[in-house]
Amino acid sequence: MATNNKTVLDSRVPSGSLEEKWENHKFSMNLVNPNNKRKFDVIVVGTGLAGASAAASLGELGYKVKAFTFHDSPRRAHSIAAQGGINAAKNYKNDGDSVYRLFYDTIKGGDYRSREANVHRLAEVSTNIIDQATAQGVPFAREYGGLLDNRSFGGAQVSRTFYARGQTGQQLLLGAYSAMMRQVAAGSVELHTRAELLDVVTKDGQACGIVTRDLLSGEIIPHSAHAVVLATGGYGNVYFLSTNAMMSNVTAAWRAHRRGAFFANPCYTQIHPTCIPASDDFQSKLTLMSESLRNDGRIWVPEAFDDSRPAHEIPENERDYYLENKYPAFGNLVPRDVASRNAKNVVDQGHGVGPLKNGVYLDFSAAVERDGHDAISAKYGNLFDMYESITGENPYEIPMRIYPAIHYTMGGVWVDYNLMTTIPGLYAIGEANFSDHGANRLGASALMQGLADGYFVLPYTIGDGLADQLGEPAVSTDDPVFTNAVSAIEDETARWLSINGTRSVDYFHRELGRLVWDHIGMSRNKEGLKKAVSEIGALKEEFYNDLRVLGSADTLNLSLEKAGRVSDFFELAELMAHDALERKESCGGHFREEHQTPEGEAQRDDDNFAHVAAWEWTGKDALQTRHVEKLDFENVTLTQRSYK
Amino acid sequence: MSEVITVNLKIWRQEGPEKSGHFEEYAQKITTEASFLEMIDLLNEDLNSKGLEPVAIESDCREGICGTCGVMINGQAHGPRKATTTCQLHMREFSDGDEIVIEPFRASSFPVIRDLVVDRSPFDQIIESGGYISVNTGAASDANLTPVPKEAADQAFDAAACIGCGACVAACPNSAAQLFTSAKLAHMASLPQGQPERWKRTEMMVGTMEEFFGSCTNHGECHEACPKEITLDFIAFMNRDYMKAKVKNRALSGQR
Repeated sequence: MATNNKTVLDSRVPSGSLEEKWENHKFSMNLVNPNNKRKFDVIVVGTGLAGASAAASLGELGYKVKAFTFHDSPRRAHSIAAQGGINAAKNYKNDGDSVYRLFYDTIKGGDYRSREANVHRLAEVSTNIIDQATAQGVPFAREYGGLLDNRSFGGAQVSRTFYARGQTGQQLLLGAYSAMMRQVAAGSVELHTRAELLDVVTKDGQACGIVTRDLLSGEIIPHSAHAVVLATGGYGNVYFLSTNAMMSNVTAAWRAHRRGAFFANPCYTQIHPTCIPASDDFQSKLTLMSESLRNDGRIWVPEAFDDSRPAHEIPENERDYYLENKYPAFGNLVPRDVASRNAKNVVDQGHGVGPLKNGVYLDFSAAVERDGHDAISAKYGNLFDMYESITGENPYEIPMRIYPAIHYTMGGVWVDYNLMTTIPGLYAIGEANFSDHGANRLGASALMQGLADGYFVLPYTIGDGLADQLGEPAVSTDDPVFTNAVSAIEDETARWLSINGTRSVDYFHRELGRLVWDHIGMSRNKEGLKKAVSEIGALKEEFYNDLRVLGSADTLNLSLEKAGRVSDFFELAELMAHDALERKESCGGHFREEHQTPEGEAQRDDDNFAHVAAWEWTGKDALQTRHVEKLDFENVTLTQRSYK
Repeated sequence: MSEVITVNLKIWRQEGPEKSGHFEEYAQKITTEASFLEMIDLLNEDLNSKGLEPVAIESDCREGICGTCGVMINGQAHGPRKATTTCQLHMREFSDGDEIVIEPFRASSFPVIRDLVVDRSPFDQIIESGGYISVNTGAASDANLTPVPKEAADQAFDAAACIGCGACVAACPNSAAQLFTSAKLAHMASLPQGQPERWKRTEMMVGTMEEFFGSCTNHGECHEACPKEITLDFIAFMNRDYMKAKVKNRALSGQR
């Protein structure tokens, strides 16, 4: 792998003290005056938290916005499934929270692999998000006095998480969606549903539009604009089985990457420890159970190998409460990555439980005995019901079975402080970009980042890039850059239909997912990663030669849509393996078995890897070039995590 | 415990909005652990390997929250299990040899796009006509400046739990969208933040709803089908507000 360790990436972090950077930057940026904003077309792709909030805010400012979603309605975006909550440094609980503490927790939680300036800005605007969402009518949980309630969440010692029952993501998304629909009514946002981005178009190195496929008619359509914003989410579905939605994909980010946007830290993926294990080979997705269950559930496996007795027949002295034994101080509440890796270890060793021996027990019997059935039901009733409806087992009587699953991806399109990619005029926000979470994301921070980017960062920074283009019309869609892109996509679509092999898209996706999970999953090693590179490559060849997509290109064709997405997952998976190979340290969600402390914890190498790795596309079958953005820590001291 | 059963599927196939549709029958073997949609996934895998086009059916989160999925299963929107979306339905609800009739949501305002996929975009148009609180980004005051009684916040949430799946319309003999519309209206009208635009919002959203959907005649089928168990009380709430709005909007515009 070619490695270019010269710092070619300018993060454009403003000068000044940490607290002043964002203020200074807002003042020094170019502005577009209110009357001129209407002269600029801005494309926003994706209508989840980041996309909908950006489209709404840009529309309010007066830009001419075109918003695109491949769903039937903007409200379907997978932000809607976030359960837990959203962090903000309001300090309403008077427990010592502050912008600086939220900044510090996020930097530390990310295992010191994120940009200080970005994270501080995130913490600064976090409080505005709560104000904005409340004003929109988001029904956050309240106390009897009528003020907002908070709860604590993993990785923090203060209560700063705002929530709306177990459906915080849904309520925040409906808030952003309604704000956007208001702009649709006002005529400042033009909404395109069932339109999937298949290419990003550039002219003279500047982003000037996109190409979409109308998922109903199959028409390939060019759209031009002065700036393009990607808010298209993460790439967890490369694993096939994940907590992502069925349609979540990397295509928009990847097609931008192929046009020159660097892709950063693809190996940073996050595993969530409490998901319901797969029950069949044809399992289609995994369901997450809120992490709060670990507050009262005890995690254990049978001491004996391959023990098939039902849980209640296994006596106390033949159970291994492995987290409580290994980490007496934190017990079942160790961080996500530690809990996940330990579950994998015991299952790999043959202690797994359930019909497929692929889970560990999360046992509430002690809690029910201690607090009573009603108390546990009041806390976790809806989660227990959900578990029972999926598994058919009653968790009050039979211990839950859980296993880790891919949940979030910290890597993504590289962006500078302005959230602009390496292609001028192309921006990436929300989970689609790599910023803010470093190598590991804290609970309740994904919603915060998506909305921070969309409501309070991008609407300022995009003006800085647009101001220079005043008076220039957007590139015409008759320009060869557009017509060429359209015909290339038409060719690609026709190609999927003409392979006429024997296997379905889902077959290849599932097989790819297995490879990625086995080798680039919870823990990685050199040998496995090299194997991944060769096996993914071989499977990709098979995909191109043996795929069968039926039907036609000019109607709704779900298999055809998936073919393009899975082909992008293949290329991404290869890059993930290379990125994981090159990062010869363990940090956050990236655990290299060769780099661990004697206690089995992630061992960082700050001397050699305190940097962002951003990959440059160099052609279809060429190895990509690895660029480095050095991370400077001027405010925090780098420490080793320990949870013993 | 899981067992393998065979179900006899009768599935609506329709190539496009202008084409006529028909039922096709398939026998599908499946373990009872599988979800209903995984059973369809397997059917589609088999069809694909036989060179037959898979059944078009939509789903996304498969956690019961996004509202993308939704079909009629033996005549019931989202199938036999109460408070359950199609994606959360599991095959243990069925027995060996059962016939399962699967159709798209039926309503003239939800035209069929293909097979089991329908167009529910009128819902977005109802929201567009007023389903928001007009507050620009950055203009909000501190969130705790306006206390909201816990009961009001809880009621707002009960209404806001709607996932916009359209089961209410599909279940209604009149294809009415009262439950969907009233859930959004009651969500906002329960909160102090929703008061300034309350009367205008009510009149606008009800007006848009009536352009597309039938009238409510209090059958209550919508509530029975609703995966989030939104109550009929909100429809009564909307009706009261609509009457008041007709008077108040005149007063507000100076036409007493």
